Amino acid sequence: MSSHVTVDRLQFTLTVTFHYLFPILTMGLALMMAWLKSVSYLGREDHRFPLLRKTEEERAHYEAAAVFWAKIFAVNFAVGVVTGIPLEFQFGTNWAKFSNYAGGVIGQTLAMEGVFAFFAESIFLGIFLAGRKRVSPRVHWISALFIFVGSWLSGFFIIATNAWMQHPVAYSGNGKAVQLDSFWGLLTNPWVGWQYAHNMSGAAITGAFVLAAMGAYFLLMGKHTEFAKISVRVGVVAALIFCVIQIFPTGDRAAHNTAHMQPSKFAAMEGMFKTEKGAPLVILGNPNTEQHKLDSSLAMPHFLSFLTSRHWNEELKGLDRIPTDQWPDSIPLVYYAYHIMVGLGTILVAIAGLGVLLLWRGKLYENKPMLWALMLAFPFTYIANIAGWVTAEAGRQPWVIWGLLRTKNAASPAESVPAGTGIFTLLGFAGLYLFVGILFLMLIVRIVSSGPEDAELPTTSSAAAAGTA
Amino acid sequence: MATLWFCFLAVMVTMYVVLDGFDLGVGALHLWLAKTPEERQQATAAIGPVWNGNEVWLIAGGGVLFLSFPAAYAGAFSGLYFGLIIVLWLLVGRGLALELRHQINHPLWEAACDAVFCLSSATLALVFGVALGNVVRGVPLGPDGYFSLPLFHILNWYALLIGVFGLVVLAAHGANFLRWRATDAFAERAGRAARRLGILAAVLFVALIWPTYHVRDEMLTNLTDHPWRLIFPALAVGSLAAMFIMQSRQRWLPAFVASSLFIVGLLTTMAAGLYPNLLPARDNHPFGLTVHNAATGHHALVTALVWWPLGMVLAAVYFVFAYRMFFRTEQAPKLGTQEPREMAP
Repeated sequence: MSSHVTVDRLQFTLTVTFHYLFPILTMGLALMMAWLKSVSYLGREDHRFPLLRKTEEERAHYEAAAVFWAKIFAVNFAVGVVTGIPLEFQFGTNWAKFSNYAGGVIGQTLAMEGVFAFFAESIFLGIFLAGRKRVSPRVHWISALFIFVGSWLSGFFIIATNAWMQHPVAYSGNGKAVQLDSFWGLLTNPWVGWQYAHNMSGAAITGAFVLAAMGAYFLLMGKHTEFAKISVRVGVVAALIFCVIQIFPTGDRAAHNTAHMQPSKFAAMEGMFKTEKGAPLVILGNPNTEQHKLDSSLAMPHFLSFLTSRHWNEELKGLDRIPTDQWPDSIPLVYYAYHIMVGLGTILVAIAGLGVLLLWRGKLYENKPMLWALMLAFPFTYIANIAGWVTAEAGRQPWVIWGLLRTKNAASPAESVPAGTGIFTLLGFAGLYLFVGILFLMLIVRIVSSGPEDAELPTTSSAAAAGTA
Repeated sequence: MATLWFCFLAVMVTMYVVLDGFDLGVGALHLWLAKTPEERQQATAAIGPVWNGNEVWLIAGGGVLFLSFPAAYAGAFSGLYFGLIIVLWLLVGRGLALELRHQINHPLWEAACDAVFCLSSATLALVFGVALGNVVRGVPLGPDGYFSLPLFHILNWYALLIGVFGLVVLAAHGANFLRWRATDAFAERAGRAARRLGILAAVLFVALIWPTYHVRDEMLTNLTDHPWRLIFPALAVGSLAAMFIMQSRQRWLPAFVASSLFIVGLLTTMAAGLYPNLLPARDNHPFGLTVHNAATGHHALVTALVWWPLGMVLAAVYFVFAYRMFFRTEQAPKLGTQEPREMAP
């Protein structure tokens, strides 16, 4: 692969990975904030829906929690926005041939993201943050819902775009460019549904674990306990719900799609060098790309065949049946990324399950080891989300659009963007993002250390005033 | 159909320049016009809730270009690589400076954010002008639809002239906005700046006619060959005159609206002069991208015609709602008459 393509790939890897760290939390936290705001706005003591049966005092605490989380959300959203803009334009700057080839199809979903998701998200966040004293509680609540809907719509359009690159449908074309044949076909790509559910559930897990971690931190510190209990409670319950959804049905179905539509990626993920009947599920092992086998592996016999097809002896296609020029260019990367995602997912579901168990027994808020675990677990959700995307994207290689366009033919011409120019801008992005990352952490630490007490309570009732004490 | 999408693209670009233009203008000027910390606070707070929404017009505009004319998107963005990447870095800096300024209450932090905001806004206004200048001048497109322009060729004399013009126009736009939104001495200073920058913009507007004819005579002959297109430059001239009249009558909201319409007139004039070219080739080489050879498939354009207006209506509703809420208070001389008229796509 020519060096300028390598540089373009590195730059896109850097910008997209760094960017995605922020939308994970934006989308997850938007859901959590929408819930907190809904409880605060809709809750009544005699509500027929038990989860919304809250006293005025409890509602004030939920409101204060929403206000605190909105501060974190605002910083996180701002960094997500400024690091997201380069991505859309990098399709043109660094991947001009890809844009030229595929713009007729994926231009639809990318433009729809701007028109339907970003306008709603940005305007209503402006109202939510700046208009707290200017709008009625109802408009404020609706703004929170719009932020949630906008951010999740944005996720949908990006997944629909990516799904077309993973599994192109509804197009026709010559070697030069593809054209859209059916808009409905593009949106109902069989790849979209489970991938979207799997991805959004992953974001919700991050939001839930971040909520629980913040609550656990304040409980361990013995500060802001009312806020902390709400965060831990909502956090662990949501974490368990979405961890379960993450594994079944969404993870199961997404893997099933991969096995059928992208056998080479699936074989690399599972380290299957040989085609086998009754393929084993590899728990541990190191792919040996010299000898095309797995070293020192620990496996559960027949399990992979069963998980994929519900038959113990089903034959699964290994890499030996696939021409080597269609193998992912780094099999270990795909294999390890996938196993890291699955391994961390297993740990996270255990933590969330234990947390909910203790919550149900009424012992969670006093159980220090559990609070420590919750406080420290949230970074693993980020790693698992990113590892999942590395599996999806590195596993898609050598194609940028599966079966249609190879990555090496997709970059901008070397005359327009030579490797040296690419290295210059790659370093520029790396430096800028390092600075942005440090700034982000510094601001989050400041917000956390000043704590939720600074939250202005919206009502003047005595219950609300007591809530800040 | 491709022509229709050319018009939509012009709408998106115009909306972006009108709306984010006052953010950029405020950014470029506020270090000079706002003398005290309170005034600087006032300047950033005035655009704080809306700048992000305004910037979405750029992103959505990029989406529309990608959707309707992928060949132009690919050719222009890879060919103007350095210019584009610099724009991206500046947008990152501008956004962070605005969003994070109020996160830390420290005079040096605020001063640093103000400086970044000013520098990035002024440079963005300049670079956007340079980009448009290069489009008008034409780029060295090859038969494969790609070209390469090193940074110092992007910054050629004509493009730089347009860049300076863009900076002056947006600074005047921002000053008009501040005159309308700011208070007391700050507003007085903004009003003086708006008047002087307006005169400078008028002078440059006239002075640029000949260079534009020199680099691309079609920009003018296209207008004279299709006389109805002369309404666009007429709109620009008329709005500029209206801006001066409203300024001398001290009616600041109408002056700001006139300044917006002046920008609408400028950009539509440019679009009318270019059409049917989208990204012309330098020196009349035959490889230029037009709305016809750069357009995507018919089905894609027809499909987008169904959802795009719906999205625009939604965006217009959000913007009218938010602008009425944020700009209803204090100095607004007339309630409820501000942005809506610019929102109609």
